[in-house]
Amino acid sequence: MTLQKAQSRPLFEPQIVQRAVLDSFKKLDPRVQVRNPVMFVVFVGAILTTGLWLQALLGQGEAPASFIFAIAVWLWFTVLFANFAEAMAEGRGKAQADTLKKARRDIKAKRLANRDLRLNGDTSTSPISKLQSQITSISSSDLRKGDVVLVEAGDFIPMDGEVLEGVASVDESAITGESAPVIRESGGDRSAVTGGTRVLSDWLVIRITANPGETFLDRMISMVEGAKRQKTPNEIALNILLAGLTIIFLLATVTLLPFSIYSVNAAGQGTPITVTVLVALLVCLIPTTIGGLLSAIGIAGMDRMIQANVIAMSGRAVEAAGDVDVLLLDKTGTITLGNRQATAFIPANGVSEANLADAAQLSSLADETPEGRSIVVLAKEKYNIRERDIHGLGAEFVPFTAQTRMSGVNLNGQQIRKGAAESIDAYVKQQGGTFPTEVRTVVENIARQGGTPLVVADCSKVLGVVQLKDIVKGGMKERFAELRRMGIKTVMITGDNPLTAAAIAAEAGVDDFLAQATPEAKLKLIREYQQGGRLVAMTGDGTNDAPALAQADVAVAMNSGTQAAKEAGNMVDLDSNPTKLIEVVEIGKQLLITRGSLTTFSISNDIAKYFAIIPAAFASTYPQLNQLNVMGLTSPESAIASAVIFNALVIIVLIPLALRGVRYRAVGAAALLQRNLLIYGLGGLIVPFIGIKLIDVLLTLFGLV
Amino acid sequence: MTANGYLQLGLFLVVLLALVKPLGWYMARVYQGQPVGLDRALGPLERLMYRLFGTRPDEEMNWKSYTVAVLLFNALGLLAVYGLQRLQGALPLNPQGLGAVTPDSSFNTAISFATNTNWQGYGGETTMSYLTQMLALNAQNFLSAATGMAVLVALIRGLSRRSASTIGNFWVDMTRSTLYILLPLALLLALLLVSQGVVQSFSPAHTVPLVQATADADGNQVTEQVLPLGPAASQIAIKQLGTNGGGFFNVNSAHPFENPTPLSNFLELLAILLIPAALCYTFGKMVGDTRQGWAVLAAMTVVFVALLGVVAWAEQAGNPRIAALGVDTVASDLQPGGNMEGKETRFGITNSVLWAAATTAASNGSVNSMHGSYTPLGGFVPMFLMQMGEVIFGGVGSGLYGMLIFAIIAVFIAGLMVGRTPEYLGKKIEAYEMKMASLIILIPCALVLVGTAIAVVSPGGTATIFNTGARGFSEVLYAFTSAGNNNGSAFAGLGANNIFYNIMLGIAMFFSRYWIIIATLAIAGSLASKKLVPAGPGTLPTHTPLFVVLLIGVVLLVGALTFIPALALGPFVEQLQLLQ
Amino acid sequence: MQFVTKQLRPAIVALLLLTLLTSVVYPLVVTGVAQVAFPAQANGSLIVDSQGQLRGSALIGQHFDQPQYFWGRLSVTGPVPYTAFNADAATGSSGSNLGPINDALVGPEGTVQARITALREADPANTAPIPVDLVTASASGLDPHISPAAAEYQVARVAQARGLSVEQVRQLVAQHTAGRALGLFGEPRVNVLELNLALDGR
Repeated sequence: MTLQKAQSRPLFEPQIVQRAVLDSFKKLDPRVQVRNPVMFVVFVGAILTTGLWLQALLGQGEAPASFIFAIAVWLWFTVLFANFAEAMAEGRGKAQADTLKKARRDIKAKRLANRDLRLNGDTSTSPISKLQSQITSISSSDLRKGDVVLVEAGDFIPMDGEVLEGVASVDESAITGESAPVIRESGGDRSAVTGGTRVLSDWLVIRITANPGETFLDRMISMVEGAKRQKTPNEIALNILLAGLTIIFLLATVTLLPFSIYSVNAAGQGTPITVTVLVALLVCLIPTTIGGLLSAIGIAGMDRMIQANVIAMSGRAVEAAGDVDVLLLDKTGTITLGNRQATAFIPANGVSEANLADAAQLSSLADETPEGRSIVVLAKEKYNIRERDIHGLGAEFVPFTAQTRMSGVNLNGQQIRKGAAESIDAYVKQQGGTFPTEVRTVVENIARQGGTPLVVADCSKVLGVVQLKDIVKGGMKERFAELRRMGIKTVMITGDNPLTAAAIAAEAGVDDFLAQATPEAKLKLIREYQQGGRLVAMTGDGTNDAPALAQADVAVAMNSGTQAAKEAGNMVDLDSNPTKLIEVVEIGKQLLITRGSLTTFSISNDIAKYFAIIPAAFASTYPQLNQLNVMGLTSPESAIASAVIFNALVIIVLIPLALRGVRYRAVGAAALLQRNLLIYGLGGLIVPFIGIKLIDVLLTLFGLV
Repeated sequence: MTANGYLQLGLFLVVLLALVKPLGWYMARVYQGQPVGLDRALGPLERLMYRLFGTRPDEEMNWKSYTVAVLLFNALGLLAVYGLQRLQGALPLNPQGLGAVTPDSSFNTAISFATNTNWQGYGGETTMSYLTQMLALNAQNFLSAATGMAVLVALIRGLSRRSASTIGNFWVDMTRSTLYILLPLALLLALLLVSQGVVQSFSPAHTVPLVQATADADGNQVTEQVLPLGPAASQIAIKQLGTNGGGFFNVNSAHPFENPTPLSNFLELLAILLIPAALCYTFGKMVGDTRQGWAVLAAMTVVFVALLGVVAWAEQAGNPRIAALGVDTVASDLQPGGNMEGKETRFGITNSVLWAAATTAASNGSVNSMHGSYTPLGGFVPMFLMQMGEVIFGGVGSGLYGMLIFAIIAVFIAGLMVGRTPEYLGKKIEAYEMKMASLIILIPCALVLVGTAIAVVSPGGTATIFNTGARGFSEVLYAFTSAGNNNGSAFAGLGANNIFYNIMLGIAMFFSRYWIIIATLAIAGSLASKKLVPAGPGTLPTHTPLFVVLLIGVVLLVGALTFIPALALGPFVEQLQLLQ
Repeated sequence: MQFVTKQLRPAIVALLLLTLLTSVVYPLVVTGVAQVAFPAQANGSLIVDSQGQLRGSALIGQHFDQPQYFWGRLSVTGPVPYTAFNADAATGSSGSNLGPINDALVGPEGTVQARITALREADPANTAPIPVDLVTASASGLDPHISPAAAEYQVARVAQARGLSVEQVRQLVAQHTAGRALGLFGEPRVNVLELNLALDGR
């Protein structure tokens, strides 16, 4: 029951296509059509020409019935193709929603009568038995916010909620697609649970935090289904521009009738332009390509977010992601690997580096902490010191305790210890040794550079220092450079002191950092950037991130995070991957780029259509105009039909582009514009000349005109 | 065209562009209230005026108040022009004893001059008394220009301010435009023109004997010629500087008393484009990035030069049908050659086409040759320059604010293409701006197309079409293009001084001007209230050649896509007929 | 409504004051300076002969169609060509406004053909191609100039009609030919009225 990763979903999945074809006819409902002004004009034109065709059949036609019929049919196709594009985009969402809906089945929940029930301080061996006596069985759909339920191993969590008691492993694959179970426990940042997921072991007491229909799953389903899809600000602005252009073209074509009547009188020959040709011209001129694909592009943008396993709470957020110019990133886990690692052995005077490495390795063999493992790894890498079996050596491991603050090993009289400088200082002094000053200097230097020094000693002798450092994740520097080219500033947020933070920031290549960050400092930083007119994006998971998440323009909450964080954010990353922000930004940009490029393409197409239709439309009045028939189209009828057919087909051809989105490249705005202008502007100018000619040749070849 | 022809065109552009920076800098100081030198002399007068207006110069207006002020001021001006024409018979300074102007012509002329269009249905020397020319027409030459400049400055403030609720004080902007920019320049130009032979006199017309008597159609001997005079130089100076274009005499700047020498011609030409070009620099200066101004100016210049090339080529190539009659139309050092019908000898082809392009690029509309006798392709150029919405230089103020609206649309499309919510000069362009911008480009297109459509199928509209065939259609299209874009130039073959055209064109001029002003000020208000987004690498730079190309593309495409069908039935088909 | 009425006073006062400034003060200042500094130009660049008689304006052409005179550009002003102002007919400066394929311009009965015929009839010996400015109407209908080529075309006819040598006439033409301003601006041109007055004055 895992959510299908969308990358694996082919663009034209037969089932979706089937449903989309059906839906494109359902969408012929005028109430649906009127929502899209551009396509509504085509819709009306199709009805009008159909009427003219019927009139022609009755012998009253303004043109041969076959010609009017051809135009009418292709106008209907134009409408259907646009419907199909939208239906395809919706279909892909629906398929995803269906998978999700399976997770939203009705579940028997175990409601606890006493909402304030607590096991605080109860140390009896099986507290759960105490709870089991209080449960009443209830359908999950009858649960309300504030109810408290018990979920035991094997049960589905009935509704979104917050863990009050207990620790359990939970299978969240229905939501995240991730099969590894996650731990959920009360308090802290792992207390939120999602309805529809399943507890694998142990038990949880959960307070329900959503009413039926408002759960995370519900919201997710409605988002992917597009049911709640509202037009985003940019889409609205573009729609206005397209409507404006449509009106201009409407005027340009409608006035052609009087112009034509005058011209016929003036030239003393020919017949005025027919309504059929006017409608054909109008439909060719208005931006049907972008008009027909616009909503598909929007839905597909949301869809791509879902494919990236990010649920956006609104289309507005997706769009805003494209505008982000400051990214706030947590250091740990996002920029650096979660744990510090050994990077160097610095011996004390009179000790060889190999000896130090050997001792350090010995002391760490039994140390299963990531730091300890990293020392073993480094020793192997640098001095090829093999891992030894600590028990085989007969060594005695001395574990880390809060009292000694050291760990180590006793072996053949050696008493190797490693720990913080102060602890070792105390240890060697206790053993009658001294702490060399040059080692102290090394310790201080490492701390200054953002590292953590671990001092290694054997009895009273200090052997040297192991340098532990934050390790910046591979490829981050390149990633940040890419962001910089995109015009996005990266800011690292860390609790470290400024010195350490500066060192890591420099290594990671972020533009700025916020050291010793408190939730208040974070919030203040976001506000400062926003005051400067910048759009800020951040990720967060903890409850203390919530204010900052609420303030940020694009706030991605980790799905593993608390309910408060998820509510404050406007996106949820199901993978809980903090670097996902970068992908989110790209998807946002891609959405706008696809709209812009297809708009440009659509409008540049018009030039060629004019060359096709104008000479044809006035052939009888001004035969001279045929010199403008640069494509050498066979006849006026085939010229007009070819333009209309091209106009319809181009929608179909561009559906994959609309669904996949125009590829985003992380280059400067100017370079990107130049590239897209060349492809979609200049391309849009040239392609229809070729396309219309090709269609004309085919029509002529098959004797269709 | 001869080498001298290219040289003249090139020199004109060089001189024009050289003047952009100094004048633009000066105007920026005027609008930012900084000392400009002249204020030492005129400051007391300026302050006195504000006191009499009852306005405090530091009291700023929000966009609605600003709009009300603009409209009220223009409405009063309009009424004044109408009244003076209707009453001129009873008023002084009327040595020719001209009677009241007809109501429809007065209506048309009042709108025409108040809207900075200066379309003239009437013939100046035979219709308007000196008083009307001065008090009504001359005043509006200044005030309509100052209105346009004020609206532009308001828009610039909208672009440059952050989170502000006001966009300046109209009375201050308008008064300072008049006092510190238009009046001094006009005074200087007027005197230079007089030195060239432009008349400036309140004497009645001279009557001179003819060297060779002629007979009229009825056989009556005519032995005298009446030379009309008047305060022409002062009016012509401002008609050019303020992109008004309304001539003192019927044939406008083709009249030897309005434009007697090549030098006067050069000065007047310069005056046509001077302020619109220099305002680009003013704009850059006021938004704190002069590159922005240069970019807009570059876009204007490129389109101008390209279309100038077309008209120059077409007119110099001449009329093949005249050449076929055994006439020498080849240019040489001894004759201009080309299509000389409707052109003056002293201007030849070069200075005629340069004027034709300049006067329609700017919304000036004055002529020194008759566009109605241009070759079809030659005549297409002035028509298309207007159809692009009068933004290639355009009217003083109005041209640049129109161009900035196109820049907003270009930025919108470009912004989408680079994946960001579009922003221009740090202001986010959103639905409200797009709504207003769409209306701004839509209105002139609608007025031109619908007006022409009505005219060509109604008896009132077709009755006075002078030329036959496609040319006749071009005449009507040209007239509505001119009115709907507040230019005022004419394919003069159309008899437009009748009720039909006076009313129709009056309506077109009225709505084109004031609707665009309202929408522009609305955008100014909306932009002013926005935050300023700082520019970064992800911001699309709007001062680069790439943006210039895009801006040109948008302007050309909107103009072309709207008017190609109409143009096909007019100039295009006629050109093909001419070449047959 | 208050923000409308608030602007009413400034609107009225500004219109009155600025009209006064731009329409009374400004033209009067220009006129005053012009009448002092450039009295001849400001009053129409009139030609006064040696007897003090007014002979016309150097800037306004006159109609000539007799062979002993140089002919100017075609003029379609009414009621007669080169009418600068006629109060009764309410006419003045005007171009032909004929389109390039209008038969009235280029047809067999058109103005161009009529002029060609007139020129040929006045000087049948001259078979040179006629310079275009001589067969086309000027923009103003008052163009005082023709091109040097157009003058040269007529030199032989005028010389013959006046019994002068071609060289003498050519010399007079040269005297009344203006080059380009500063050698650069405008077109070289011959002032027809001045040239004809000079011919008559010989």
